[in-house]
Amino acid sequence: MKYMALIYRAQDSSPAYGTPEFGPFMAAYQAANERFAKDGVLVAGEALEASSTATTVRVRNGRTETLDGPFAESKEQLGGYYIFECDNLDDAIRYAAMIPTAAYGAVEVRPVQDLTRS
Amino acid sequence: MTSGTTEAISIPDEIDRLVRLDGGRLLSCLIINLRDFQLAEDSLQDALESAVMHWSRDGLPGSPSAWLMRTARRKAIDRIRKAASFRSKSAELAALIVLDNAASQDDETEAIADERLKLIFTCCHPALDQKTSVALTLRAIGGLKTEEIARAFVVSPDSMAQRLVRARHKIAKAGIPYEVPGPDGWSQRLDAVLAVIYLIFNEGYAASSQQHLRTELCVEAIRLGRVLTALCPREPEVEGLLALMLLHQSRCATRLDGLGAIVSLEDQDRGRWDRGLIAEGTTLLERALRRGRPGPYQLQAAIVAVHAEGASFAETDWHEVALIYQTLVAMRPNPVFELNHIVALSYAQGPGVALDRLATIAAALGAYQPYHAVRADILARLGQVEPARRAYQEAIRLSGNDAERLFLTQRLGALVGARQTPA
Repeated sequence: MKYMALIYRAQDSSPAYGTPEFGPFMAAYQAANERFAKDGVLVAGEALEASSTATTVRVRNGRTETLDGPFAESKEQLGGYYIFECDNLDDAIRYAAMIPTAAYGAVEVRPVQDLTRS
Repeated sequence: MTSGTTEAISIPDEIDRLVRLDGGRLLSCLIINLRDFQLAEDSLQDALESAVMHWSRDGLPGSPSAWLMRTARRKAIDRIRKAASFRSKSAELAALIVLDNAASQDDETEAIADERLKLIFTCCHPALDQKTSVALTLRAIGGLKTEEIARAFVVSPDSMAQRLVRARHKIAKAGIPYEVPGPDGWSQRLDAVLAVIYLIFNEGYAASSQQHLRTELCVEAIRLGRVLTALCPREPEVEGLLALMLLHQSRCATRLDGLGAIVSLEDQDRGRWDRGLIAEGTTLLERALRRGRPGPYQLQAAIVAVHAEGASFAETDWHEVALIYQTLVAMRPNPVFELNHIVALSYAQGPGVALDRLATIAAALGAYQPYHAVRADILARLGQVEPARRAYQEAIRLSGNDAERLFLTQRLGALVGARQTPA
């Protein structure tokens, strides 16, 4: 089944560009991506721009309302995602734990709804 | 006519008795067959209703449990057929094949025991919160009714039912695997399983006398502990937990007095401690310790074993108890273990030493009833009657059940009595 791993972290919690930790952090991401691909679990995955660039859109009475900022104001914001194809939650959790940001923020694992199954 | 009436009355009682004795095994077998908690429960319920009807008319079958199992499987097939239009054909087929296979090997108890372990691990998956795991384990393995579990947790049956529905839904939808984890996930999962079994035991052990159900929780936890030791041999912490529960349970008959008040360890009638359980627990603990991998359950069991060896409270080897607590606190820093360590020190080295140490955990345990009860006792032993009285009052205020309150009130009464008696 497919699982989405949603990566949450506070703005300045993970190593920033220009710090000595940044290089190894990025290398860890590259290693994780290679591992995901090699194990055949990687369906998709992207990093997002900072939540300050987010726009929240609602349609009410046919009118589009836009709001500057992310949907939920919280310290930890969605920063990226992966979609894994795994046998079960245990496998999905194991791969989620390999995402380097898991060591700084949190990764929420959710099954993707499969409409072909009951 | 008379006998017919008696039978009609006794059938529901007989079914109740069966569910109590064998409900856990029946339900877990069905969950294992069907890989669906809800379907298993619904089918067993169907079978029980069917039993009331058939047995009242035809009398009890030769093997009521086997009858229920067969009928529940047939009811499950009916339910799957009815729902088939909403499911993929292959899922229906797979379930039917599993059922057919299961029906032909009714008594392969070893395979079932193995499968029950998978079920325990599924119920105790770390993706579920621990309270839910306890409830689900009690329901699926212990066969307790939702109302009984709700009573044990002091919540309404409705909210417990909702909690169980959410848990079953998450197991199905989130893809929580139905298996004993591999080597990498083993230790973390085993910790959760042991914690859940011990929570079930404590839920029964720390309860008051008026709730009959809770003694059953202790018995159920011990039974689960036995299943687990049989299924994972050579795991010292599994043996340690079972030893711990058996040693605690050996004092069961002496823990409450005629009024339902808790009897302290000091005042328990050691002649009524169950020597059989003590021997079994001690043997098990020694076997575990010989494996050379001590853990918190083994250490806690060792402490209870030292108490069991003491001919009286005064003759207890308090230095040994204090030493084991010190090791335990170093291994698992925890203010409750530290509190017990201080109690042991108060007998090994004197109440004065203990009072100083108590101050160091005041911040962590200020809202914890036993902290104030221990402090009251230590102050009383130091002759500080007025502070002791205030500490008892604080403990009574924080107490969660009648048995504790009665005990503390008795202690407070004895304290006031002592003050009025000229020394």
